[in-house]
Amino acid sequence: MQKMLTIISNVLRGSASRNGTRVVVSARTYADFTPQATFDIKKCDLHRLEEGPPQQAVLTREEGLQYYRTMQTMRRMELKADQLYKQKIIRGFCHLYDGQSLTDSSQEACAVGIEAGINLTDHLITAYRAHGYTLTRGGTVREILAELTGRRGGIAKGKGGSMHMYTKNFYGGNGIVGAQVPLGAGVALACKYQEKNELCVCLYGDGAANQGQIFETYNMASLWKLPCIFICENNKYGMGTSVERAAASTDYYKRGDFIPGLRVDGMDVLCVREATKFAAEHCRSGKGPILMELQTYRYHGHSMSDPGISYRTREEIQEVRSKSDPISMLKDRMLNNNMASVEELKEIDVEVRKEIEDAAQFATTDPEPPLDDLCNHLFYNDPPIEVRGTNPWTKLKSVS
Amino acid sequence: MASLRCFLRSGRNAVSVILRREFHKTSPAALQVTVRDALNQAMDEELERDERVFLLGEEVAQYDGAYKVSRGLWKKYGDKRIIDTPITEMGFAGIAVGAAMAGLRPICEFMTFNFSMQAIDQVINSAAKTYYMSAGLQPVPIVFRGPNGASAGVAAQHSQCFAAWYGHCPGLKVISPWSAEDAKGLLKSAIRDDNPVVVLENELMYGVPFEMSEEAQSKDFTIPIGKAKVERQGSHITLVSHSRMVGHCLDAAAVLAKEGIECEVINLRTIRPMDIDTIEASVMKTNHLITVEGGWPQFGVGAEICARIMEGQAFNYLDAPAIRVTGVDIPMPYAKILEDHSTPQIKDIIFSVKKTLNV
Repeated sequence: MQKMLTIISNVLRGSASRNGTRVVVSARTYADFTPQATFDIKKCDLHRLEEGPPQQAVLTREEGLQYYRTMQTMRRMELKADQLYKQKIIRGFCHLYDGQSLTDSSQEACAVGIEAGINLTDHLITAYRAHGYTLTRGGTVREILAELTGRRGGIAKGKGGSMHMYTKNFYGGNGIVGAQVPLGAGVALACKYQEKNELCVCLYGDGAANQGQIFETYNMASLWKLPCIFICENNKYGMGTSVERAAASTDYYKRGDFIPGLRVDGMDVLCVREATKFAAEHCRSGKGPILMELQTYRYHGHSMSDPGISYRTREEIQEVRSKSDPISMLKDRMLNNNMASVEELKEIDVEVRKEIEDAAQFATTDPEPPLDDLCNHLFYNDPPIEVRGTNPWTKLKSVS
Repeated sequence: MASLRCFLRSGRNAVSVILRREFHKTSPAALQVTVRDALNQAMDEELERDERVFLLGEEVAQYDGAYKVSRGLWKKYGDKRIIDTPITEMGFAGIAVGAAMAGLRPICEFMTFNFSMQAIDQVINSAAKTYYMSAGLQPVPIVFRGPNGASAGVAAQHSQCFAAWYGHCPGLKVISPWSAEDAKGLLKSAIRDDNPVVVLENELMYGVPFEMSEEAQSKDFTIPIGKAKVERQGSHITLVSHSRMVGHCLDAAAVLAKEGIECEVINLRTIRPMDIDTIEASVMKTNHLITVEGGWPQFGVGAEICARIMEGQAFNYLDAPAIRVTGVDIPMPYAKILEDHSTPQIKDIIFSVKKTLNV
C-alpha cells in the first residue's frame, strides 16, 4: 500500500525519485503559496492595562517556515537529550523543554514567540529549563548537546552543564530559581543606563513566582522604570506541586500588583509573539516594567528523574496533549492557508533530523575537556595563578 | 612610646573623634586622611575615571551614606550614578550583579556585611561562580563593600566577621584594608578589577586618621590585590593580622619592644588570594607565628594560615606551634565589659606572644 502511494504520488508529481533520495522539485512553485495570512488569536487577560495586544496576527510564509523549523529543532533536540539521558550519556540534572513524544504539547511556542517579539540585541535570562532559549539566542544544537554530554566542544566547554549555558545577550541558565529575576532587572538597568534602547526579558516559572526576591525586583524595577519584561511560564506544576497547592493567588499576571500584566496563551506562537511585541513597546516607550504570564503545560515530568504521573493522572496529560500542540497548530495554520506544502515541511523535518543526528554524533564523540582546563576561568583578565589541588603537593595552574 | 587612645564610636550620624596614635613614619607636613575619606576619595576618583562605575545601596545617595562614606558623591554625580535602594538586599545585590554582567561596573554597598547574608546567594552563586561556569564567557566586574566585623555596642546580629565565609569561596577576591592608604589603594584596585571583589571595611576604623603619602594621594594610586605588607620589621616572632587588629598588633609590638621582644607585624591586606609567601618568609626568619583576628576561631582566617604553614616549607623553621588569637567563640554580647572581653585586646596579644616565646 505504501509503495503504491509512493508510485502514484511520483507519477502525479512528475518527478523521478529513487530510494533514499529526496524529492527536490515539486510541481507547485513558490508563486502558488500564499505569502501571508492573518490569524485570529486569543484575547489576553489584562491587569492595569486599558488595551492589550491585537487579537489578530499576520504571519508571512517566511516567518512561518522559520518558526516551524526552530520549534521542530528545539523539540527534536530535547528528545535527543531525553534519549541520551536515558542512556546515561548525560548526567546530573536535565530539565527539558518539551513533552515525551512528537505529539506532545510543550513550551516551544514560548521561546520562539518571545524571540520573534524582540531583537537579538535585546537581552534575556531564564532559570534552569534553558536549552530552548540557548538555541533561540544564538547557540547551536551541536554546542548545546556537547555541553549536556560534558565535552570540550560544549557551549561552556563542558564546565557548566544543562543549567549553565550562555551566549551573547543571554545570561543563562541559572540554577537557583528566582535569582535570575533580580539579575534580569540588573541587565535592564544597564540597558537604561547605557541608553541603547534595549530591554531585558526575564523569565521564571510558576514555582519560582512565589520567591521573595521577585517581589523585591518588581518594586525596584517599577520605582526606577527599568525596561524589563517579566515573564512567568506557567506550566501548572512546580516540580510535583500543582499551582493550587503552592500559590495563594494563581493569577500570576496580577502578582506584580502595581506592574501592568497580561495572561497569554503560551501554546500559540503567534499569541506569544504579539504579546511580546506589545510588552516590548511598553518598555521601550519608557513606561517601565510589564509582566506576562504564558499559560503552557508540561507533559513531561519536572526533569528526567520524574515520570510525571505520581502527582497527576494520565488522563489529564492525554487530554491536554491531544488538544493543543504548538507545532501542530502552526503546521495546520500554514497548510490550511496554502502557505506551505506537506512536502516542504517534511523536508524541514528531514533536515532538522539530520542536524540533530550530526550534533548528537559530535556530542558523543567529542573528547571530554582536558584536565589542564580544570582550574581555568576563575578570574577574567588576570595573570595565571596557582590553585591548590586535593593535597598540598598538587599545585594546579589556572589561566583566565 | 605609649600611645593614648580614646575609643571612637561612630554611629549613623557620625562626627569623628580623632584617635591619636603614633605613626611609624615621621613626616611633619604629611597629609592626615581618615579611612572614611580615603574610601570616599577612591570611589570619587573611580566614578570620574570610568562612567560605567556606579554605586548602589541603602542610604548611599541623599543621606550621604549610613556611615558617611559616600558623602558628597550624589551631589556630584546625581541619581544615575549614585542610587538609593529600598531595604531589599537580595533584590538589589542581584540587580547589581546583573548590571555587571551586562557591562557596567557596580559598587554594591551593604550597610554592614551582616545584611549581606540575605543576599549571599547572589554574591556566591550569581557573581563568584559565573565566570567559571560559563568557561570564560561571562565576567562579573562587581565590588561588594561595607563595614565588617565587630563595632561598638551593636550586639550579636550586627557584629559578625565574614572574612572566613567569603574567603572560603573560589571565584571571589576578598580584601580587608586597615589603614587609609590600604583603603584607598585596595578599593581602587577592586573597582578596576574585572572580577567580583568583596571589600571588608571596618566601622571603627572609619574615623581613624593615617598619614597619606604623596604617592598615595595620586589619582592612579592602587595597591595590588593579593599582596600582604610588612608593617613592622622584627626578628623574634611574626604576628599576622588583618583590618583593625593590625593596629592592636602594632600597639602590642610597641609594648613588647620595651622588653626587648621585636615583633614582625604583617598586614594581610587581602584575605583571598592569601599572600602566604610573605608569611612564610617571615616565619622562616622569626621561627614563631601568631595570627590575630577579630572573627571566631573555628574555620577562621587564622586556621587557614596555620594549616598552610604546616603544609609548606616554613613548618621546619617553627620553634613553637603556630597559634591563633581570635574573637571569643560566642555571639557578641551588648554590655561594654562583656563586649570588651569578646575580641582580642592588646594584653591578649602580648600574653600569647610571651607564651609562644616561653618568656
